[in-house]
Parts: sequence; structure tokens; C-alpha cells
Amino acid sequence: MADFADELALQIPRLRRYARALTHDAAWADDLVQDTLERALQRRWLFRFGTSITAWLLTMLYRLYLNEAPRHRITSVPLEDVAEPAAPGDPAQQIDLQRALARLSPEHRAVIVLVGLEQLSYQEVAEMLNVPIGTVMSRLARAREQMRKLLSEQPAAAGTSPLTRVK
Amino acid sequence: MSSSPITEIDLHAHVDGQLDPARRAEVEAYLAAHPEAAAQVQAWRTQNQLLHAAYDKVLNEPVPLRLSTAVQPRRWPRGMAAAIAWLSCGLAAGWFSHAMLQQQPSGHVVFAQRALAAHVLFTTEQRHPVEVPAQQEAHLVAWLSKRLSAPIRAPSLQEQGFSLLGGRLLPGEAASGSASPLAQLMYESANGERLTLTVRHASQPQPETGFKVLEQNGASVFYWIDREYGYALSGGIDKTRLLEVARAVDAQLRR
Repeated sequence: MADFADELALQIPRLRRYARALTHDAAWADDLVQDTLERALQRRWLFRFGTSITAWLLTMLYRLYLNEAPRHRITSVPLEDVAEPAAPGDPAQQIDLQRALARLSPEHRAVIVLVGLEQLSYQEVAEMLNVPIGTVMSRLARAREQMRKLLSEQPAAAGTSPLTRVK
Repeated sequence: MSSSPITEIDLHAHVDGQLDPARRAEVEAYLAAHPEAAAQVQAWRTQNQLLHAAYDKVLNEPVPLRLSTAVQPRRWPRGMAAAIAWLSCGLAAGWFSHAMLQQQPSGHVVFAQRALAAHVLFTTEQRHPVEVPAQQEAHLVAWLSKRLSAPIRAPSLQEQGFSLLGGRLLPGEAASGSASPLAQLMYESANGERLTLTVRHASQPQPETGFKVLEQNGASVFYWIDREYGYALSGGIDKTRLLEVARAVDAQLRR
């Protein structure tokens, strides 16, 4: 019992990173993490030991996020104060990245974050999102292409790129 | 698996390090010959790097308290859960849940929590940890006794390695079910470890309890009831040691 709670506690930083990347909103992100942890405790018996607890939690967090995303749509678009410039790297580039990421659909954002940031394998992502691996690949391709366009455009350009290249 | 045409999927997998070595070599050869594809791959790779640059710092942020307490079952603070686990020994579950609802919110646990909170608050105080220093022990004890309307004694914990630093009065809180004030006695070891003994007095004798423990943020409190008095001994030291001190306090004050 304590072991499981300790396991969960160890996952908190990673869950927070994932939630932050999905939401760009520290408070909402932590709400999602908290809900995920509470849900994980309630459903601890559903967790199969020997499987990845990280994947289990990331999946749960993603479902909560998808449920809530429509209600948060407004806050996820205006991004004036999204970046904390104390970070290493070029802050301007990071702001651009966050703006671009925020324009993706929740599904595309999740894929690019799971692959690019969480460094999961395509197969793991497919299992987590419960979609075929081909769908993961097409979402990834599309998300990256959109990101590339958004990043190369000047900020404040139109958010709807007429992109339909789905493999 | 060799020499099938390079697809866009291969390029993504290359960026994400998900190719086996043979295929990777083929993709690299392809990229060397196709600068446009190489530029695209580089752009994707930059996206990954930017993601890390933007979000990895979250990993090093301190975890908010609400999240670290969320992993304790049912939102109870860790110490509360421990106290409940302790309590539940030998008790039937039905009676237990009933007693929980009846007693705990206004009862000893609240007292212990207050004691622990005050412990954390004042032991970290460097300049004024106590209101009345131990040099005036007689005054201190008389003053606290007067304010609590009951004789208070400051046990000697020299044998356990702690000497009295002094004491203060904690205001009572009607909301917590203890409208009368609490006495806090602070002790310090040669190493600077501090313990506090919080005392409360009720107008009527209460059912005695054994030692119960509650923990929060690295500090623990043992608390128990002895007739009209409630005691809470808090400290950041090892729990076994703290329990020894609690036993010594109890033995002295029972006399």
C-alpha cells in the first residue's frame, strides 16, 4: 500500500511535465496531475504489476485532459504569459514553440509530446492512445508539419493552416 | 528489411531514435543524398529539442504540497492516515468508522495537528523560539499553569539528552474544539534538535489513550490523554527516539 503511494509520488514530476506541455497552464496542469493521482489510488487494483506505471498514469492523465480540453479551449489559445523566460535556451524560441503547440488539436499535441518529450516508442503511444500505430504516425507527421509551418511563420499569422497531409 | 524505399515514417523514426542500426544507416545515406529531407529531419529534431528546453525544467520544480498529499489514500494527510492505521488495530471496522465521524474532527487528532503545526512554526524560530526562557522555569511553569487554569509541569528530559529551552502559550481555537489555550514547552538537544511538548487541559477527565502518532512533512507527534490532560510531543527526530522521550514524559507526569 505504501509502496504504491511511493511509486506514485516518484511519478509526479514527470506527470507534471506532461500535463504542462499539454495545457500550458500550470494550475490546470497540476489539477490534472492531482486528479490523475487520486484516480490512480482509487483504481490501484486495476494496475497490473510488471507493466509500466508511467504509461498507465500518462494514459489516465491524457483521458482527463481530453475530457476537459473543450472547456479550456479559451485559455489555451491566448499565450501572452505562457513562457517563463528563466529557462535555458532561447526564450523567444520557446515561446514560439509553446504558441505553436497550443494551436494543435489535443490529439496531435499529445502525440508530439509523448514522442518528442516523453520519448515513448510509437508502439507505446499507440497502446496508450488506444489507436493503431498507423494513426500515431499520421498524427505525428501532421503535428510536426503544422509545427514546422507555425514555427517558420511569423507569430500572429493565421492559426488555421490548410494542411491535409495525412498519411 | 533492407533496401526498401525510405518513407516519411522512417524519417520520423530516425528523429526519434526508433530505428534499428541497419535501417538507420540506410536512412543516413538517404539523407546525405537528399538535402531537403535532411533539412526536414533537422527541423523535427529541433522541435524535440525545443520541447525539452521548454518543459524539462518542470521536472526540477518542487512538487506542490497538494500533489504530494494527494498520493496519500483518500486525501487524508499522511500523518492522519498513519494515526488511523494505528487506531484501527484491533477495532471492528463498523465501530471504527462510526467513531471516526463522531470523534476525530473535533478530538485529539485536531489537537495533535495543532501541536505539530505550532511545533514547526516555533522550532524554526531562531531568535524568539520561546516567550519565557528556561532560566525562569519557575515563572514559566507558574504562568502557564495560571493561563491553563491547571498545574503544568515541565518534565526533565536531561536523561534523554534534551534540556528545557522555555515555553509559550498558544491561543485556544474555538473552531478546533479547544477554546482553552495550550502550553508549549520547547526542549533542545546538544545538537540543536528541538522537541516541543504541547499540553492542554480539559475541565473533565477524558478516557485515557495510549500513544498515538501522526506525521507530517518529516516531523512526528506522539499524543496521548492522561485524565484531564492531553499531551503532544512533536519532533523531527527518529520516531523510536521520540517515542522513548514520550514515555519518559508520561512516566514523569503521571507521578
